[in-house]
Amino acid sequence: MRRIINYAPRPGVRLILALLPFVAVLAIYILASNARLAVEPADKLMPSFASFWTTMVRMATTIDRATSQYLLWWDTWLSLQRLFLGLGISALLGLVLGIIVGFVPYLRATFEPFFAAFSLIPPLAVLPILFILFGLGEASKIVLIVFGIAPFIIRDVMLRVSAIPAEQIIKAQTLGASTWQMIVGVVLPQVMPRLIDSVRLSLGAAWLFVIAAEAITSEGGLGYRIFLVRRYLAMDVILPYVIWITLLAFLMDYALRRLAVAAYPWDQIKAT
Amino acid sequence: MTTIRFENVWKEYDERVVLEQVNLSLADHEFLVIIGPSGVGKTTLLRMLLSQEQPTRGRILLDGEPIATEPTADRGVVFQRYSVFPHRTVLGNVMMGPQWAGAPLLGRFFGARRRALEERAMALLTRVGLGEHAHKYPAQLSGGMQQRLALAQALIMKPKVLLLDEPFGALDPGTRKSMHELVGELWEENRMTIVMVTHDLPEAFLLGTRVIAVDRRRNDPQAPERFGATIVSDFEAKCRSVRESRAFEAEREKVRLALLAGTSPAVGAPAVPAFETALVKD
Repeated sequence: MRRIINYAPRPGVRLILALLPFVAVLAIYILASNARLAVEPADKLMPSFASFWTTMVRMATTIDRATSQYLLWWDTWLSLQRLFLGLGISALLGLVLGIIVGFVPYLRATFEPFFAAFSLIPPLAVLPILFILFGLGEASKIVLIVFGIAPFIIRDVMLRVSAIPAEQIIKAQTLGASTWQMIVGVVLPQVMPRLIDSVRLSLGAAWLFVIAAEAITSEGGLGYRIFLVRRYLAMDVILPYVIWITLLAFLMDYALRRLAVAAYPWDQIKAT
Repeated sequence: MTTIRFENVWKEYDERVVLEQVNLSLADHEFLVIIGPSGVGKTTLLRMLLSQEQPTRGRILLDGEPIATEPTADRGVVFQRYSVFPHRTVLGNVMMGPQWAGAPLLGRFFGARRRALEERAMALLTRVGLGEHAHKYPAQLSGGMQQRLALAQALIMKPKVLLLDEPFGALDPGTRKSMHELVGELWEENRMTIVMVTHDLPEAFLLGTRVIAVDRRRNDPQAPERFGATIVSDFEAKCRSVRESRAFEAEREKVRLALLAGTSPAVGAPAVPAFETALVKD
């Protein structure tokens, strides 16, 4: 009998094991749902998969009377727009501020403690301030996302900048590089893979802020819809929406990972 | 012609004296090796010459002028590690310096200028034995090859002085030996001044034309920080007159053989072509 850490599954077994929890959760849901529906056919808490399907088909293919839009696609479009704008602005801010502040000692001494303090402010606590300042429209939602994740990205980029070996920076200077040339030619390319990673890590938080902002005030969006239909206990909308959001988040994460591999092949090579 | 002078250079960190009264004057085309126990300030000496650190007192002159207070292109460097850029290919690494010098905004050449530079860089890479690895990334190279790359990268800028900070410290003995040969040859071909820090004595005397030992002359056991290190011994490992006469003899032998073979050597050619032939012709 070897130690348990020395047993590793074969690839085929690994796949089956990976699928097992998903299948188990699904099976438990179906069993419980069937049991509840057998007692009360109009049960709202655990609808059957058939009713998920019909609800989603209705939301994706029929025009809603109130908004005159296909609700699923309309909600997805609104949420993704907010998410991409928020993430994009945060990534840009993180890249520019992170590199400049991380690379220039005077700026670093001035702003690093400020950013550190700033990143500790709970974004949801200042949401009312954002609503007062920017109104209840799109601006306050996007500012919330930026407020929530930009400080993290800035600090992460700054750490990466300071992790570049001093030897490289000295070497660049002996090759005649100016500060601008070092930023563009040495620091920026080495920070980009890390930026993609930190955007990936921020995806969860960004979704959180999108949904929180939509829950409070909005005319549409995935989070708005979930909180709207909650009043009718419409689990046949909420659960598929949650799965849809999860799928979108997964796809974005996957796309960013592929982007990092394709754009920065040197970062994938492990030193031998 | 490149000369280096240290004039009464001191380096102190707060109360701690690291180096004191360093006086040194180095003639053109010398290979200076700095040896000494670890932690004594060899690398500090090199860093001051690089302007990575500033002397507390005294000054350092390069060709009679005080050196710039920040690293500049007249002093090239190869560190023990991390002196190449991981995000550029081998060829890209060598091309960085000239592109920075020639394209202030973009740091990139295009068209004919780029092709000319590529050709020059490839010639240099072939010289250091990396010709077939030009399109790999540094992480795909062995430690020795990375140091060859760092050398090529520094040499393309034709620095007056090349500073080597324990460049072979992390290499295995076989690789180290071939690097010794390469550095010795490059030093001859480019006719430049090299300053190297090492703690390997055989290496120091194999490569150096002049070897200086840095150590503490005085030590106060109660206050070890009170006295700094200085040059305690200065040894001319390869006498200049011997070096020059040997080079002259080699040249004369070559001419004699050429005459014997019946081909007359080019009249008016430089008396010492081996010295004058720059590594990279442009």
